[in-house]
Amino acid sequence: MALLQLTEPGQSAAPHQHRLAAGIDLGTTNSLVASVRSGKAGTLPDDSGQHLLPSVVRYIPDGVIVGEEAKAQAVLDPLNTIVSVKRLLGRGVEDVKTLGSRLPYQFKQQQNTVPRIHTVAGDVTPVEVSAEILKTLNRRAEKSLGGELEGVVITVPAYFDDAQRQATKDAARVAGLRVLRLLNEPTSAAVAYGLDHGSDGIHAIYDLGGGTFDISILRLRRGVFEVLSTGGDSALGGDDFDRLVAEWIMQQAGIDDSADHAMLRRLMRDACSAKETLTTAEVAPLRVDLGNGDYWEGKLTREGFEQLVEALVRKTLVSCRRALRDAGLRPEEIEDVVLVGGSTRVPLVRELVGEFFRTRPLAEIDPDRVVAIGAAVQADVLVGNKSGEEMLLLDVIPLSLGIETMGGLVEKIVPRNTTIPVARAQEFTTFKDGQIAMAIHVLQGERELVSDCRSLAHFELRGIPSMVAGGARIKVTFSVDADGLLGVEAREESSGVKASVVVKPSYGLTDLEIEEMLRDSIDHAAEDLEARGLRERQVEANRTIEALRAALDEDGEVLLDKTEYQAIEEQLDKLIEVSGGSDQQAIKQQIDNLEKACEFYVERRMNASVKKAMAGHSVKDFE
Amino acid sequence: MLDFSKNHFELFGLPSSYVIDANQLAERYLELQRVMHPDRYAKGSAQERRLSMQGSIRINEAYETLKDPIHRARYLLSLKGIDMDLQKETTQDAAFLMEQLELREQLAEAPNRPDPYGFISTLMADINRRITSLVGQMAVQFETATPEQLEAAREILRKMQFLQKLRYQAESLESELDEAL
Repeated sequence: MALLQLTEPGQSAAPHQHRLAAGIDLGTTNSLVASVRSGKAGTLPDDSGQHLLPSVVRYIPDGVIVGEEAKAQAVLDPLNTIVSVKRLLGRGVEDVKTLGSRLPYQFKQQQNTVPRIHTVAGDVTPVEVSAEILKTLNRRAEKSLGGELEGVVITVPAYFDDAQRQATKDAARVAGLRVLRLLNEPTSAAVAYGLDHGSDGIHAIYDLGGGTFDISILRLRRGVFEVLSTGGDSALGGDDFDRLVAEWIMQQAGIDDSADHAMLRRLMRDACSAKETLTTAEVAPLRVDLGNGDYWEGKLTREGFEQLVEALVRKTLVSCRRALRDAGLRPEEIEDVVLVGGSTRVPLVRELVGEFFRTRPLAEIDPDRVVAIGAAVQADVLVGNKSGEEMLLLDVIPLSLGIETMGGLVEKIVPRNTTIPVARAQEFTTFKDGQIAMAIHVLQGERELVSDCRSLAHFELRGIPSMVAGGARIKVTFSVDADGLLGVEAREESSGVKASVVVKPSYGLTDLEIEEMLRDSIDHAAEDLEARGLRERQVEANRTIEALRAALDEDGEVLLDKTEYQAIEEQLDKLIEVSGGSDQQAIKQQIDNLEKACEFYVERRMNASVKKAMAGHSVKDFE
Repeated sequence: MLDFSKNHFELFGLPSSYVIDANQLAERYLELQRVMHPDRYAKGSAQERRLSMQGSIRINEAYETLKDPIHRARYLLSLKGIDMDLQKETTQDAAFLMEQLELREQLAEAPNRPDPYGFISTLMADINRRITSLVGQMAVQFETATPEQLEAAREILRKMQFLQKLRYQAESLESELDEAL
């Protein structure tokens, strides 16, 4: 329990204690981990000096290989090597089919809506595959920073929906990481740039990665990054450029659609390297292994490549226009455009984006690393290494949130581009006598028909008091937290009875499934779970003790009377006593006791901070 | 923890008036979010996180209401005891309704124009001009806010509502065009 720090900006409460935290960019093609060290944010390399970790996971009978080595074998072992898993994260089996008919995996068909990929090491979900990438980055960070991480900030595309965000958070849980925040990638890039430039104004962040596209329009004002609007396509990126090139090669070389997995992987690899060559060269030579001892040789010109991908690039500009309109701005009102993501290296992208915004786009920070760097800065603030008052990120919900109503229509509850956190209440009633349960279908998207929006979850409200039809007034509150994640609460208004909400995610895993994965996870099986649990409790207890002491030193005597002060101190001493022991339960119990004893103090401190922020501003000043 | 009994204006320490200094409002908003946003309590107790989320939601809601001239008018009327049922209330001003009909017809024609985007954008600029003009009229009513003026404000709000809906339809039509691309 960290009580609010009322220290002045720049003054850390305990400067000697640097907490370890990292920012993770979990990318479609590559992933990175970054951290702030001696006041400077940078990405962390692996043992061989590589910063980029290819987001490739290969399953072998007795283990998992992640990164470069797995990537090198993708062509040889296509069915057990998962690439671009981010495209599958938070998606259903049906979605996956529409993502491209040529995904080179064997999907296991089953009742569960989460796709499972069949490998030699068993069936795996995209959440588990992503967790392997996170674990690898975590190990790298702990090794270079020399200790266990207290928390991480993981970036997600701004246009990720609730299911995709939840799946990302689930992956972190399976990897045993504590998530301080899910941060939108463009916002993260803006943080990295904002700190370098320190320029107040309105900026556009154009982020075209391997599999996702985001555009965010944001205003920077004295350290506050306020996202005005965001748009994009969570299934459009450099992979799609590769696919178009691969299809073109197939046409040219007379390779038919029935080509095997290994052939498809080779084609994608060749297409990708041709695309990369064309960033600087005018022509890319091609030599494709046909697998039967023969090779097809040809070439792709930059002009030819641009003809293939122009429609896709123009599609991103449609999103840009919509984001501008949502922000109520014209292109010329944007001060500058920052390019993020490896796919912005394509010259045509730079040209068309520059044309659209009527300015030369900025790409000074390595577009591959900028997102991770911003996340590291935010992680450093959130973990408490800075008093944090100097920076604040205000983000928005990317897609409207609605519920299903009569006739398969969607009623919007929270429109897109509303600043989060946000909550909206809606009242429902029962339509049968004695009805004690009710289901609410929550969707995300802009269209009017349920079938055109994305189903997030079915919420079942149970424990509604039995009344006559129409008698119950059930107030359902939908909230979206700072991570962009949905929460639902329900209460019957006349009786005040709280209904229990059972979530049935449309494309997610249940808590039970995640816990099972956590147990099955190789890393955890080897460790003594009991010892790990105790250590975690002790860390939590120490954090609580330290924060409370700092708070008491600061304003305990101002905000508390003698009796109150003593009561809190008494509970604090008890926690210090039990935290040295080995009774997990007792430590947890005493943390709870202490928190309860401090509740009113916490409220007083929050009030004091609001008063302080508004000091000098009162209505009278203006009369 | 925020004092939830305060109204939106009080929360920001601003006078309850229709004419509002947008910069000042934004400043106050940021000052409050700086201390209340959940990111300030990322390491906090469950209680702190809950309270800061509630507070932050409240600040966002107040800001959304006050910064938009149509929401602000409706809110200010409700503070003066006039709660409108916008589903049912509609203006009876015949000349205004005729104009609306014409605008709506123009919008329906947009997809058949040679440059539908340009046409919609001109139409939207026209709608925005009309809203701005109503905002000016609204400000006059709230200056002294006599009962008669509040009734007049209510009538202006009904018209604003019309235009807002039309603007929304224009945006939807533009999105439909986008999707057809």
